Amino acid sequence: MSTLDYLQYVIIPILVLSELMVFVRFIKGPSVIDRVVALDLIVTIGIGIISIYSIITDTSNFLDIAMILALIAFLGTVAFSYYLEKRNKND
Amino acid sequence: MIDFFIILLSTAGALFSLLAAIGIIRMPDTYLRISVNTKAATLGVGLMLASAAIFFQDFAVTTRVQAIIIFILLTAPVGAHLIGRTSYFTGNRLWKGSVIDDLKGKYNIKSHELQSENIDDESKKRHSERTDQ
Repeated sequence: MSTLDYLQYVIIPILVLSELMVFVRFIKGPSVIDRVVALDLIVTIGIGIISIYSIITDTSNFLDIAMILALIAFLGTVAFSYYLEKRNKND
Repeated sequence: MIDFFIILLSTAGALFSLLAAIGIIRMPDTYLRISVNTKAATLGVGLMLASAAIFFQDFAVTTRVQAIIIFILLTAPVGAHLIGRTSYFTGNRLWKGSVIDDLKGKYNIKSHELQSENIDDESKKRHSERTDQ
């Protein structure tokens, strides 16, 4: 079993399993905050999947997309917290 | 040797990501979930990115990976603090097993400002000073 086989058949399924588990929390989450946190974690694990996938396909350009995805996740969390707090203030 | 390091780092990263997912599904409280998200996921993704840097052994890729890791390390605590603060304001309750709530009574609910003393005590003190004069 080569390294690429190990990555493809062991590591990627573990990551996909964890994405599915976070997605359960995203569906279930009792409050909006839980959903925002789950969305952030989905994107963060997605960055890990992108990095492993770039090893498997030997394409380093995918890491640029990982960088942009990290940026968007942070912006999303900040915007969600800002507007949720504002909505609560006006009530 | 390189393959060994790639396998080691990627396995550790995947296991930490799995731990973060288990934590976010099993933790009883929003604040504990935020804590899991910040710590375990950051370490897991950092390790997986490091395995990519070792695989390519290219200066451009290593710089990119370092930029992503530093960015995640900088932004994860900031985002967690913001979302936790919002969660406290929107009235999410702590888990019943939590022992201490340090912020209780210290946030001004109207203006969302943090104060070092309890707001009720302070207003009482002002009131007593006024009555003394």
